[in-house]
Amino acid sequence: MKIGIPKEVHLGEKRVATTPEAADKIIKLGFEVSVESGAGLAADISDEAYKEVGVKIVPNAKTLWAESDIVMKVRAPEVHPELALDETELLHEGATLISFIWPAQNPELLQKLASKNVNVLAMDSVPRMSRAQKLDALSSMANIAGYRAVVEAAQHFGRFFTGQITAAGKIPPAKVLVIGAGVAGLAAIGAAKGMGAIVRASDTRPEVKEQIESMDAEFLTVDYQEEGSGTGGYAKVMSKGYQDAQLAMFAKQAMEVDIIITTALIPGKPAPVLITEAMVETMRDGSVIVDLAAEQGGNCPLTEKDKVVVKHGVTIIGYTNLPSRLANQSSQLYGTNLRHLLTELCPEKNGVININMEDEVLRGATVIKEGKITWPPPPPTLSVGHKPLTEAPAVVVKEEKKTSLLQQLSPMIIGGLLLLALGAVAPITFMEHFTVFVLACFLGYQVIWNVTPSLHTPLMSVTNAISGIIVVGALVQISSTNTIVMALAGISILIASINIGGGFLVTRRMLEMFRK
Amino acid sequence: MMSQGLVTMSYIGASILFILSLGGLSNQETARRGNYYGMVGMVIAILATALSAAVTENYAVLVVALLVGGFIGSQAALRVQMTQMPELVAAMHSLVGMAAVLVGYANFLGESGLTGVEKTIHEVEIYLGILIGAVTFSGSVIAFGKLCEKISGKPMLIPGRHYLNLILLFSAIAFGYVFLNGVDVDERLMALGLMTLVALLFGVHMVMAIGGADMPVVVSMLNSYSGWAAAATGFMLNNDLLIVTGALVGSSGAILSYIMCRAMNRHFLSVIAGGFGSAGGTAAEVVGEVQPIDVTETVQLLRDAKNIMIIPGYGMAVAQAQHTVNEITKLLKSKGKTVRFGIHPVAGRMPGHMNVLLAEAKVPYDIVFEMEEINEEFGDVDVTIVIGANDIVNPSALNDPNSPIAGMPVLECWKGETTIVMKRSMASGYAGVGNPLFVMDNTRMLFGDANAKLQEVLKELQA
Repeated sequence: MKIGIPKEVHLGEKRVATTPEAADKIIKLGFEVSVESGAGLAADISDEAYKEVGVKIVPNAKTLWAESDIVMKVRAPEVHPELALDETELLHEGATLISFIWPAQNPELLQKLASKNVNVLAMDSVPRMSRAQKLDALSSMANIAGYRAVVEAAQHFGRFFTGQITAAGKIPPAKVLVIGAGVAGLAAIGAAKGMGAIVRASDTRPEVKEQIESMDAEFLTVDYQEEGSGTGGYAKVMSKGYQDAQLAMFAKQAMEVDIIITTALIPGKPAPVLITEAMVETMRDGSVIVDLAAEQGGNCPLTEKDKVVVKHGVTIIGYTNLPSRLANQSSQLYGTNLRHLLTELCPEKNGVININMEDEVLRGATVIKEGKITWPPPPPTLSVGHKPLTEAPAVVVKEEKKTSLLQQLSPMIIGGLLLLALGAVAPITFMEHFTVFVLACFLGYQVIWNVTPSLHTPLMSVTNAISGIIVVGALVQISSTNTIVMALAGISILIASINIGGGFLVTRRMLEMFRK
Repeated sequence: MMSQGLVTMSYIGASILFILSLGGLSNQETARRGNYYGMVGMVIAILATALSAAVTENYAVLVVALLVGGFIGSQAALRVQMTQMPELVAAMHSLVGMAAVLVGYANFLGESGLTGVEKTIHEVEIYLGILIGAVTFSGSVIAFGKLCEKISGKPMLIPGRHYLNLILLFSAIAFGYVFLNGVDVDERLMALGLMTLVALLFGVHMVMAIGGADMPVVVSMLNSYSGWAAAATGFMLNNDLLIVTGALVGSSGAILSYIMCRAMNRHFLSVIAGGFGSAGGTAAEVVGEVQPIDVTETVQLLRDAKNIMIIPGYGMAVAQAQHTVNEITKLLKSKGKTVRFGIHPVAGRMPGHMNVLLAEAKVPYDIVFEMEEINEEFGDVDVTIVIGANDIVNPSALNDPNSPIAGMPVLECWKGETTIVMKRSMASGYAGVGNPLFVMDNTRMLFGDANAKLQEVLKELQA
């Protein structure tokens, strides 16, 4: 099948959907690859570089779209500025489109594509599971955005990141606060740390604390008890009380830090406001805020989408196309993600794709199949072979059998009646022993529950030794005049003392081995 | 010669020492002292009895029997391998059972001088003491045989086995009636003898029907029985020390059985009834491919990992791999990695079996954790090594309601980054259940003898 990669038409978009390295491997899968002339230029990839690995260069977009069975793009289709034609119109019937689509935000686009009777795989809809990590373009792009955010901040920040002691005096290191430690946040922490800054980070999900600390950054704990993990590794909306406590903490941090990088996004919701105007006012002049949530309104209300503004002496960067500002790197990663997707689509390496809707990864990514909208995908199934066990909750296995009160009480009632019956006939001496017996059972119950499970084997051997106390029963009969009784008692003593000697000694041997 | 009062006081002292002894086992620091308390208690009990009014002659027999028995016991204790602990414990249970039977017979043949209700109760006590003792004895012998694999570990399920048990129970009651109402000593002795046979048969049948994986339950259950046998003997002899000690041991074994059953999500009764209860429905087939790796890749994974968990199972005991495991642990720790052990309550063939084996190999006990302590932490683990375990790491226990082990708590190692499963071959565990863990994407299989493979891993790690 023929794969076509057109030049991106979105204003300022510098990425391209494949690189010569990725194309080389795609061709090895049996596909023919064509690239629109000049598609890679903005990402520093020349037509010649593509040609070297056997990619065909097509002079214009129209021919490319018309010739291709599969079109791979970065951005979702939009109006082509030169042809004055929507890119969806260029897609021919039965073709397959692979790009970012954002079906939830673009229902009209989805309708339009469906009416063209095509297949559409959305790179943003690849399910978040371990098997799909290699084609998770969102993570690749977030990683780049996090890195680039630090670079942008450094660009607008008037000082060193790292602390230095120079002949002219001491320079303190920059303090960076990263809010939200997802993929982008962690990348930002890594980049800022690498440049020598002091990095602090905050996240509503307590489980990322270790990740943050493993990168040598400081984890800021919000002084409020609430678990922030939503499904699929994303964060969820927190309660009012938590948010207040969190804002108080950020307000305090704003006065101390030089750079704030916010990445707090909750899927499908406007970005939460975490840095208020009042906080911006308290920040030192020359400080920088990079708002990675600018696309969805921003974590700071002063953020302006796609712009750099200076408010109250603070530079606020609201770029939404950070990956595009590192176009070569992004193209490499995105191209690799696409290549992995093609590998999944073409398991037989014969150059023909098979959109296998039984495969959970492909099912999740496919938003239109043969003209039918298949988005949103059904929730992950619980098949044994391939399931994201890390995210699936344990299934409730058996329903508790409901027992009626009578059923619960009847053993106690029967037991009580039996005891009363025994008490009615038994002589007083028996009852005395019986009292001792019952009390000893309860005492044993209390004592044994305290035994640590790791000492259960020594417990068994020491109870073995102690149950050798039966030797006492044999001792009191050893002096019988009846020879048989005496012999039986003698044998019993012998057997029981094996237990006593063996039990205590083996316990001692075992306990000697337990060491810190 | 000690007065009755002094003897009783000594018995109270011994009882307290036994309680302290068991209480001492609540943690490793006090456990050794606890064991000494037990020894002192035993010495006091034996001395007080030997010097009491009940013992007047045959001192020679007494001393010789004590010394010979003690010698045999200590030799066994010093020679036993730690992997054989379950066998030793089972053997010792059988001895308590046998002693209870013999003491019961001796007591019956001796004169009690009781009449009326007291006589009847006394005889019921004798009868029960012998019955429990005989069941304990034969059951433990079979358990011993199964543990040292002289008898097949597979459950032996006779058709209509529940009816057989019922018949045995009724005949025991019938013989009891004959025993209590018999005219002369011979007839009653005969009834007692027949009942003993029935009880022995019952013990054999009960343990034969239980599978190898249920051995921890069986061993702790027999532990409990041996206690009840001692308590019954105490009633028979009007001896409170025996009653207290027997009750302590009995409840200890009962609690252990309960803990083991809970760890397998099984009903005590269904374990005792033998075989696996029919859960209804068939378990999902395990589909998928296993991903085998070799020693070099294993070493690579370990080198890259920071946080390592080791889950030992019975396979480690069989392969005697615990010393190699300790060497690897030491090496990895010296490289600054976190190495911890996760122990399932029913790993191995008796409660706490794995802990003892690791302790023998000098693994420090503060890096050995129980399942409940550690199960939450698998998310942070980079590499989990499962050594010769199967059912205790089987995810179908949690997510397949039709699995025979459904509902059993398991070590959730698949939540970690990578799991390396060491196995001889692709056979299923004792429960005969397929394990979806083996075909998971983040699981790698390292086939071969655990010790041999771990030796190779150790060598490459050192290189």
